[in-house]
Amino acid sequence: MRLDSYVPEPVREQTMMLFASLGCVLLCASLIGAVLRWKLGAENGVVANLNARINAWWVMIAVIGLAFLGGRTGVVVLFGFVSFFALREFITLNQTRRGDHLALLASFFVALPLQYLFVDQNWYGMFSIFIPVYGFLFLPILACFGHDTTRFLSRNAETQWGLMICVYCISHVPALLALDIPGYADRNMLLVIFLILVVQSSDVLQYVWGKLLGRHKIAPNLSPSKTVEGFIGGVASSTLLGAALFWITPFNPWQAALMALAITLMGFFGGLVMSAIKRDRGVKDWGNMIEGHGGMLDRLDSVCFSAPIFFHLVRFHFAQ
Amino acid sequence: MSDRPTASLPARFAARIVALFLITLVRLVTGAQARWTGTAPLPRQRLYYANHSSHLDFLLLWALLPPRLRWKTRPVAGADYWNKSAVRRYLIRHVFNGVLVARGGDNSVGPNGERLNDPLSPVLAAIAAGDSLIFFPEGTRNANEEMLPFKSGLFHIARQCSQIELVPARIENLNRVMPKGELLPLPLVCTINFGVPVALQPDEPKDQFLVRARDAIIQMIPVQPPRSA
Repeated sequence: MRLDSYVPEPVREQTMMLFASLGCVLLCASLIGAVLRWKLGAENGVVANLNARINAWWVMIAVIGLAFLGGRTGVVVLFGFVSFFALREFITLNQTRRGDHLALLASFFVALPLQYLFVDQNWYGMFSIFIPVYGFLFLPILACFGHDTTRFLSRNAETQWGLMICVYCISHVPALLALDIPGYADRNMLLVIFLILVVQSSDVLQYVWGKLLGRHKIAPNLSPSKTVEGFIGGVASSTLLGAALFWITPFNPWQAALMALAITLMGFFGGLVMSAIKRDRGVKDWGNMIEGHGGMLDRLDSVCFSAPIFFHLVRFHFAQ
Repeated sequence: MSDRPTASLPARFAARIVALFLITLVRLVTGAQARWTGTAPLPRQRLYYANHSSHLDFLLLWALLPPRLRWKTRPVAGADYWNKSAVRRYLIRHVFNGVLVARGGDNSVGPNGERLNDPLSPVLAAIAAGDSLIFFPEGTRNANEEMLPFKSGLFHIARQCSQIELVPARIENLNRVMPKGELLPLPLVCTINFGVPVALQPDEPKDQFLVRARDAIIQMIPVQPPRSA
């Protein structure tokens, strides 16, 4: 059995090529990081954080690559776990009470697996309403069994928000695999790679442009590290990257550019929203799972907001 | 190791496997992190004292100690709870190597006012033998958000064993993982903050010391790891 036998034949070569180029980019990044550490010293906090981030990227790319070797199921399972860790970080910062125990158990161990099961079954009519309708109605019902009315509405709203962001929104990434796009059969995995590449490179490029040229803070109350220069440079360069990647998508170059623009804008605003929540909770990071980046949600805030929009744009304009 | 039952090598090996399994389990469920904000994880004789809200408290604290410290650190546990069944007895004696103390027992006083059956004597013996300890000065699990006032045990230990360092530890979120009375744990991220060691001042009154030691835990605000913007 070939190692990549679960990867559909039409995308094997391109997938390998993309991962190989990512490896080259990371190698360059690691070299730059090593040079910076040598020039500026190991005590430099920004450089140390940069190197920690690059090292974490190696691990993340390796994990994603392994999941892709598992084909469709591998990707669904990967994002199921991603959702689990994200939800864990989100609920940890929620102001839950004892009375929420049942509703929270149901969120982690019933709603989350069911959502990914529906995605895996390609049951669009169910996975697109399961959490917004059934979760929305049944979680507060379960919370009633806690017999605790203190902040009842806000507690349930927070639980529902956690499920929407961490499970519903993130599950739209593997949901891309099931879209039926004419002339693009068996190639949907590349759509997942397109989304992840554009949204994450937008984050990275905003960070790089911001560090190089950033002077004017764009929203100091929400996210002190985001700058106007980083925003413009990041969005422009990742839109270009998206356009350059048109050959792995069902889009032509300008369609790919517009899609990438939509993804990066949603990702940017997603970062702002999630940052506002963090600041209100009095923390800088959602967690510390990923060295240098913070928690799972710190890496995924932009994906949460861009994945559903990208999914529906593709579904409406390109799928059957 | 004062009261560790002498066990055969395979039995000790099995106990170690059980311990490693439980440590892995509790660390996976709680995604737990130790933050040594007030002190470093040094190989000294120490007594870690913490807030107590869940049966898993000592297991988590124990699991988060670096291995070379962990196997020299023993939890102080209530004999009434841990002697109730064979499984609990096995766990506390062989797996956790706990120091069992009698709670709310004999309070009879000798002619000079000293307690005849000092419930702390196994603890003092363990300290004399060089062990580090995990200790819950509230005496019992506490379902409320606020900590109970400390019982006097911590003071007596501090007065009689000046060689042991008292390290306050604040366990965050574990009471939300498994509130009293619930069967299934929630997978929330827990943290333990280790604070600046507390020492008994010369002539410090008991109540003042106990309040100060308790405040050392209360005032430990959960700290985010530093990260450049």
